[in-house]
Amino acid sequence: MATAAETRKRTGKSRDTSVDQELLLQAYRDMLLIRRFEEKAGQLYGMGLIGGFCHLYIGQEAVVVGMQMALTPGDEVITSYRDHGHMLATGMDPRGVMAELTGRSGGYSHGKGGSMHMFSKEKNFFGGHGIVGAQVSLGTGLAFSNWYRSNDRVAVTYFGEGASNQGQVFESFNLAALMKLPVVYVIENNKYGMGTHVERASASRDLSKNGAPWSIPSIQVDGMDVVAVKEAGDQAVAHCRAGKGPFLIEAKTYRYRGHSMSDPARYRTREEIQTMRTQHDPIDGARHRLEALGVDESVFKQIDDEVKAQVQEAADFAQSSPEPDERELWTDVLLED
Amino acid sequence: MARKTMIEAIRDAMDVMMGRDDDVVVFGEDVGFFGGVFRATQGLQAKYGTRRCFDTPISELGIVGVAVGMAAYGLRPCVEIQFADYMYPAYDQIVSEAARLRYRSNGQFTCPLVVRMPTGGGIFGGQTHSQSPEALFTHVCGLKTVVPSNPADAKGLLIAAIEDPDPVIFLEPKRLYNGPFDGHHDRPVTPWSNHELGEVPEGHYVVPLGTSAIRREGSALTILAYGSMVHVAMTAAAETGVDAEIIDLRTLLPLDLHAIQASVRKTGRCVIVHEATLTSGFGAELSALVQETCFYHLEAPVVRVAGWDTPYPHAQEWDYFPGPGRVGRALLETMAA
Ligand SMILES: Cc1ncc(C[n+]2csc(CCOP(=O)(O)OP(=O)(O)O)c2C)c(N)n1
Ligand SMILES: [Mg+2]
Repeated sequence: MATAAETRKRTGKSRDTSVDQELLLQAYRDMLLIRRFEEKAGQLYGMGLIGGFCHLYIGQEAVVVGMQMALTPGDEVITSYRDHGHMLATGMDPRGVMAELTGRSGGYSHGKGGSMHMFSKEKNFFGGHGIVGAQVSLGTGLAFSNWYRSNDRVAVTYFGEGASNQGQVFESFNLAALMKLPVVYVIENNKYGMGTHVERASASRDLSKNGAPWSIPSIQVDGMDVVAVKEAGDQAVAHCRAGKGPFLIEAKTYRYRGHSMSDPARYRTREEIQTMRTQHDPIDGARHRLEALGVDESVFKQIDDEVKAQVQEAADFAQSSPEPDERELWTDVLLED
Repeated sequence: MARKTMIEAIRDAMDVMMGRDDDVVVFGEDVGFFGGVFRATQGLQAKYGTRRCFDTPISELGIVGVAVGMAAYGLRPCVEIQFADYMYPAYDQIVSEAARLRYRSNGQFTCPLVVRMPTGGGIFGGQTHSQSPEALFTHVCGLKTVVPSNPADAKGLLIAAIEDPDPVIFLEPKRLYNGPFDGHHDRPVTPWSNHELGEVPEGHYVVPLGTSAIRREGSALTILAYGSMVHVAMTAAAETGVDAEIIDLRTLLPLDLHAIQASVRKTGRCVIVHEATLTSGFGAELSALVQETCFYHLEAPVVRVAGWDTPYPHAQEWDYFPGPGRVGRALLETMAA
C-alpha cells in the first residue's frame, strides 16, 4: 500500500504545492482504510475476538493522514495507545495490526503488546504507548538522535489534550527548545480525556500556546480537514528541518466512539457527536473536495471496494493466524543467549 | 448489614469517613463527575461537593505531590491512581516525600495520606493495566501497604487507612471488585452477594492494619496469600484435598508475623502465593521471615508460587496468572517433599 507520503515523493510534488487531486485521493483512501479498519476492530471486539483495551481512532483520521502527507519516509512517528490509525498511516500492514488486536502470532508484537503496544522498525513507527504522556519524552529523544546524527529527519510526536497536562510534556518542551531538537509535537485535541472535558482538565484555554514559555512556534488547525493539517504539517516540518527547533501543532479534532470499548460516553450529548459526524467528518470533507474537482462516483466506489477487501483480509488473517507459542511468554524480556 | 460488592464497600468507607471528618478529601482522574472508572467514588461529589471530591488532570505526580502537601498541613487526602500501573510518575513523591516526612522532620510533620490503586491482572489489560507493584512499596520504609481480599475487609481496612497517621498504599485487586474470582477464568464468577464476606457492616468500623485472618483452618500446610490469591488458594486446597491453613495477610506492612509463625510452627510446611513477579517479590520477604523464625519447625522447603518474571503479557494472560492448577501442584509437591 502506498501511503500519501510515498505518493507525494513519487509524484515529485514539492512541499508547498497545495494538495493535488492524486494526493487528495490517496489521503481519502488512507483515511477510509483507517475508518473501515476501526469499524471492523469494533465488530471483532463485540464478537469477543479482541479482548482488553481497545481505543478507536474514528473521527480523527485527518490528523495523522494530513501529517503523514507532510513527512518524508525516514521521519519518526510515535503516539499513544490510540494508535491503529497511526500505524496504518505509516504504511504498516493492516493484517499484522489486526492480528495483534486478536493476540495472535501474526501480530506485530506476537500477542505480547495488544492494541496499545505495536511497533515497526521498518516504518519508523516507535509505538503505541499505554502510559499517558510517556511517548512525549520518547519522541523528544528520537528528535535528539536525529540532531545527534546530523540527519534531516523529524520526529512527529502525537499526544492527546489530556496527556498535555502531564509534567513530562513540559519537561520535554523545555529540553527540545533548549537544544533546538527537530520534533513536531501534535496535540490531538478531541476535547475529552476519558470522561473529562478539556476545560475541566486544563487551565490553558489555547493549547497551541502551551509551548509559549519556551517560544515554541505553533499553529492551531482544524483537525477534521486533511488539507489544513497537511499544510500545518508542512510548515512545522520545514521549521524543524531548517534546524530551528521544535514546533507545536494543536489539531482540533473529535472522536466519535467512546474512549475505549467499555465507555458509555455519558459525559457528552448525542447532538454534539451528530454535529461533528454530519458537518465536520474528515472523510466526507475530502470527498466533497474531490467531487468538486470532478472525480467520478466510480472512483470512490472502486476505492471503497478495495479498502473493504483489504480490511476483510486483515480480519481473516487476524482470526486464522495461530495463537502465540507458549514459549513466547518468556522471550524478549532481555536478550537471550 | 447488606451484601455489597468490593467497589461498593470501598465507596462506603470513603462515604463514612467524608461524613465524619471534614478533613477527608477525595480526588483523582475522573473521580468526581464520572465517579471513577471503576465507580469507586460514584455519588461522592454529588453528596459532598466539588471542594471535597474532585477531578484532576492526568498528572499522577501532581496528584500525589499535592496530596502530600495537604497531608502535611493536616488534611486527610484519599487519592485514586486510576490503575496501579500509572503510579510510576508519582513514585518519587511517594518515596521521597510521603514516606520520609515524619522521619526527617523528627515527627513534626506527618503524612496521613491514602493512595488507592487498582492492581492485578485477570482483566486482559496487558502490561500497562495488570501489574501488582506491592513490593515496590513494602521495600520503602515509612509506608504501610494494604491489600484487601473481600468487601468486608476492604471497608474496614480503608477506614483504618484513612484514620492512620501515616501514608498508606491501598492496593485493590481489581479482579475481585465484583466477586471472589478464584482463577478459573472459564467459569462464571460467584458474585459477592453469594459470599459471606460480601456481608458489609453499616457505618464506621475498622479492620486494624497489621492483623491477618485465617480463611481456612488446616493442619497439613500453611498458605500465605493476599488479595486475589486468597481465593485461588482456597480453590487449590479444595481441589487437591490438601488440608491447608490459609492466611489472608490483609496488610503486608505492618505484617502479622505472629499469626504466620503460629501457623507454620503448627503445620511445618509453607507455600507463599502472589500474582506479582517472583524475583524480589513480597514472597521473598515472607520466605526469609519464615526461614528465620520457623526454621526448626519446617519439614519441607518454603515454596513460592508467583507471576513469571516477565512483563504482563497481552495474549497469554492465563499462562501468566498463577491459577489454582499451578498453586495446587505446589501444594502437592510440598506435601510430598
Ligand atoms: C499515566 C497514565 N495515567 C492515566 C492513564 C489512563 N488513561 C488512559 S487514556 C486517558 C485519557 C487520555 O486522554 P487524551 O490524552 O486526551 O487522549 P485521547 O484518549 O483523547 O486520545 C487516561 C486518563 C494512563 N493510561 N496512563
Ligand atoms: Mg483527548
